[in-house]
Amino acid sequence: MNRYPLWKYLIVVFSVLLGILFTLPNFYGESPAVQISPLRATDKADTVLLARVEDALRKDNIPINGMFLETVGIKVRFADTDTQLKAKDVLQSVLGNGYVVALNLLSDSPQWLTDIGALPMYLGLDLRGGVHFLLQVDMKGALSKSLDRFSVDIRGNLREEKIRYKGLDREGSQIIIKFGDTESRARASDEINKSYDDLNLREQDVEEEFHLAVAIKQEALKRMQDSAVQQNIITLRNRVNELGVAEPIIQQAGADRVVVQLPGVQDTAKAKDILGRTATLELRMVDEEHDVSSALRGQGHIGSELYTERGGGPLLVKKQVMLTGERITDAQPGFDNNNQPAVHISLDSNGSRIFKQLTRDNVGKRMAILLIEKNLKEVITAPVIREEIPGGRVQITGSMTIEEARDVALLLRAGALAAPMDIIEERTVGPSLGAENIARGFNSTLFGFAAIAIFMTIYYLIFGFISVTALGVNLLLLVGLLSILQATLTLPGMAAIALTLGMAIDANVLINERIRDELRNGVSPQAAINAGYERAFGTIVDANITTLIAGIALFAFGSGPVKGFAVVLCLGILTSMFSAVMVSRALVNLLYGKRRKLERVPIGQVWKPASDKR
Amino acid sequence: MEFFRFKRDIPFMSWGKYTTTISLVTFIVAVFFLVTNGLNLGVDFTGGTVMEVGYTQSADLNRVRGTLAKIGMSDASVQNFGTSRDVLIRLPAKPEISSAQLSEIVMTALRQDDITVEMRRVEFVGPQVGKELVENGALALLVVSLGIIAYLALRFEWKFGVAAIIANLHDVVIILGFFAFFQWEFSLTVLAAVLAILGYSVNESVVVFDRIRENFRKMRKTSVAQVIDNAITRTMSRTIITHGCTQMAVCSMLFFGGEALHYFALALTIGILFGIYSAVLVASPIVMLLGVSREDLVRIEKKDKDKDKDKDKEAGALP
Repeated sequence: MNRYPLWKYLIVVFSVLLGILFTLPNFYGESPAVQISPLRATDKADTVLLARVEDALRKDNIPINGMFLETVGIKVRFADTDTQLKAKDVLQSVLGNGYVVALNLLSDSPQWLTDIGALPMYLGLDLRGGVHFLLQVDMKGALSKSLDRFSVDIRGNLREEKIRYKGLDREGSQIIIKFGDTESRARASDEINKSYDDLNLREQDVEEEFHLAVAIKQEALKRMQDSAVQQNIITLRNRVNELGVAEPIIQQAGADRVVVQLPGVQDTAKAKDILGRTATLELRMVDEEHDVSSALRGQGHIGSELYTERGGGPLLVKKQVMLTGERITDAQPGFDNNNQPAVHISLDSNGSRIFKQLTRDNVGKRMAILLIEKNLKEVITAPVIREEIPGGRVQITGSMTIEEARDVALLLRAGALAAPMDIIEERTVGPSLGAENIARGFNSTLFGFAAIAIFMTIYYLIFGFISVTALGVNLLLLVGLLSILQATLTLPGMAAIALTLGMAIDANVLINERIRDELRNGVSPQAAINAGYERAFGTIVDANITTLIAGIALFAFGSGPVKGFAVVLCLGILTSMFSAVMVSRALVNLLYGKRRKLERVPIGQVWKPASDKR
Repeated sequence: MEFFRFKRDIPFMSWGKYTTTISLVTFIVAVFFLVTNGLNLGVDFTGGTVMEVGYTQSADLNRVRGTLAKIGMSDASVQNFGTSRDVLIRLPAKPEISSAQLSEIVMTALRQDDITVEMRRVEFVGPQVGKELVENGALALLVVSLGIIAYLALRFEWKFGVAAIIANLHDVVIILGFFAFFQWEFSLTVLAAVLAILGYSVNESVVVFDRIRENFRKMRKTSVAQVIDNAITRTMSRTIITHGCTQMAVCSMLFFGGEALHYFALALTIGILFGIYSAVLVASPIVMLLGVSREDLVRIEKKDKDKDKDKDKEAGALP
C-alpha cells in the first residue's frame, strides 16, 4: 500500500541531487574583479589582449587571483577591492580609449560548476546596488524636429523650382504653405510628391488664399519612432560603455521606452548626467544680412534665431541646419595652437563632403557651432571661415575649461540621440543598502524556516520531521531552479521565498491532519497514511492553483520588483507541490512502508473524543 | 500533542446572524476610512521622488529640513526610516526641475551640511508611470478575482466561487481599511502582498468547501447547516496550524526584514488573521445564503463518474 516503485525514488533522489548541484554556486561568495572588453564590436577579446593585460599588471606588481578569457571580454580576479581599483586605473591608462575597463564581482564557485552552467542566482539591483532608469522617447520632440527639417527642405525645393509661395508656417503637426493661385499650388504639390514619399498633402482654400497642408504619413511616423528608439538604444549603449559598467542592460520596453540598468554603479550622479544629457552639435551659418540690434528689440527675422555666444555678445543665427552631430565619428579633447582647450572632431565621409562644400562656398563668412543640451542651445563658438576645409577634421575652440572640453568630447563621441529622452522612472540603490537587503531577506527566510521546523517537529514528531525535510528540499529546489533560470532575484523575491515556505507547509499540515483524522476514526496505521496522502492531494492541488492564479496575474501586470516576487511565488508553488507530496511520501514509504505490522503512527498524540462515535 | 479537542461540532452556522453583522460592520468601517482618509499611496503610484540617506550618527531631522528649505524645498517630508540614523525624504514632483537632477541637488546640499551623509536609495517615478501602475494594479486585482471565481465554479459550483471571492474581497477591503486608518504607506510591494493574500486565503475556503462536498456524500441525512458545521470543525485544527506556520514565516519577515518589508509583512499578517475568520464565518454563511443543496455537488460527482466531462462544466455553471 505504502510502497513506491523504484523509479519514483530515483526521481526524488535525482531532483534533490540536481537541486544541490545548482544551489552550490550560491554559497561561494564573490570576489572583486575587473572586466576588460573592446569598445567596438569588430575588436575581439583574444589571447593577445590577455597577454597585454597580464604584462601591464605584472609591470606594476599587482597580484591577481585568476584571469579568464570569455566571449564578453577578459575578467581578472583580485584579492581585495583596493587592488581591484589600482588595477582598473593601470589597465585604463595602458589600454586607452578603445576598451571598457569596468569593475565587477565574480563568483568564487569552482570552475567545474561554471562549466556545467551552474551559476549563482542573478541578483536584482535592490540587492547588489546600482541604477535603474526608464527613459521615454519624446516623440513630440522628434516630430517637431523632423517637421523643421522638412520645412527647410521644402523651402529649398520651391526656391529651386521657382515656384512662388506667400508663406510657409508650421501649425501643430502640419506645415501650411500658402499660395496666391491654384496653378503654383498644383506645381508645388507635384514637386513635393515627387521628392518626398513620407508626406501627405491636402489642399485647402481659405478666403483668398490657397493652402497646401503637409503632414507626415502615419506609417512614416511609426517608422520614425522605431528607428528613433533603436538609434537611441545604440547611443545609450555607447554612452554606458564610456562609463565602464560591467553588465549593463539596455533594452526596449514598450513602443517608445528604454530600460537602462547599471548594476554596481557607485557614482550615480555621473551616470545620470551622462545618460540624461542629450548633447548634439549643429552647424549653422551666422545671419549677417540682418541687424542684431533690431532683433534684440524684438523685431526678429523668420529665418534666423537670436543666441548669445559663449563669452561673447548676441548673435543672429540662421535656422537652417547645415550639419548635425550625427555625422561625427570621433571627438577628442585637446588643445589648439594657442594652447587653449579644444575639441577635435572627425566627420564621416558624407559629413566631410558637406563640410568641405560649406566652407568653400562661405569663405569669409561666420559659421556658428551650437551645442544643444536638453532644450538648451548655446553657440560655443562662431569662427570666420578662412579657407576651404577638406578631410573632415574640425576643431572647436571657445571659452571652455579642460574639464568642459573633455565632457563635450565624451558626449559628442557617444553620439546624438535621434529624439530627446526623459527619465520617467529611476531607482537607485546604494551598495551598502543592497548588502543589507540581502542580509534581511536571508534572515527572514532562515528564522522563518527555523520556527516552522521546531514547531512541526514538536507537534507531529517523526511525521513533522519528515514534513520539515520535505520543506528543506523545497527550499533547495526553489533556489536551484532560480539559479538555473537565472531569474532576477529581488528583495520582494526573497520575501516570496520566506512566504512560500510558510505556505508550502500547508500541504504537509493537511496531510498530517488527515492521517490523524483517519486514525481517530479507527483506521489501521498503514491505511491511515495512505488515505491521508490520497485524500489530501485533491485539496492541495485546488488550494495551490488559486495562489498560482494570483502569482501569474502578478507576473503579467506587475513591474520590476513585483515581477520578481511573482516569479518566486509561482516557482515556489510548483516545487512545493512536488516536495510536499512526493518527497515526503517517499520518506514515509521508505521508513514505514515495509513494516507489515505498523502498530502506531509517530505523528503525535491522537486524541479521540470519548462519547462521540460517528 | 493535540491542540484541538472538539467533542462535538461547533454550531458555526447558527451564529450566522451575528458573524454576518460583525463582518458587515467591519466592512463598512473599512470602507468608511478608505473613503474619508484615503490610502497613503506611495511614490510608486503618485509619482514623485523618495530618497533614503544615511548618517553616521543620529540624524537631526530639523537640520535636514532646514537645509532643504534653503534650496527651496520646504514642501519635502522628512522622517526617520527604520533607525534614527536613516532619513527618508519625500519630494513632490517639480515640473521646473528635471527629476534626474532633483535628487542630485538635494544630495549636494545635504553633503555641504554634513560630509558623512551617504546616499542609500533614490526612487523617482514619473506621473505617467504612476498612473500606469495604478491601472495595472487594478487590472491584476480584477483578473485574480475572476480567475479564482472561474476556477472554483469549474471545480465546485458557482455558488462556492462567488462565496469565496466575496469572503476574500472582504479581507482585501479590510486590509486596505487598516492601511487607510493608520495611514501606512501603500506601495507596490504591499499591493503584491494583498494579491498574494487573495490567492492564499482562498485556500482556506477551498479546504472547507472540499470537506463540505465530501460530507454531502457521506452524511446523507444531516441538514445542510450541520454538514457545514462538521466540515468547519474538522478542518479547524488544520486551519489554525497552517496559518500559524505561515504567520511564523511572516513574523520572521516582520522582525528581520527591515523597513523595506515592514508593510509587506504587516499586510500579510492582517490578511492571514482575517483570512481565517472570513473562510470560517463569512464564506460558509454566504454559501448557505445562496442556497447550496446536496444536489448541487453530488449531481456533479455522479456525472463526473459517467465520464461526461463537458456536461459537467455546464452543470457546474447552472444554478
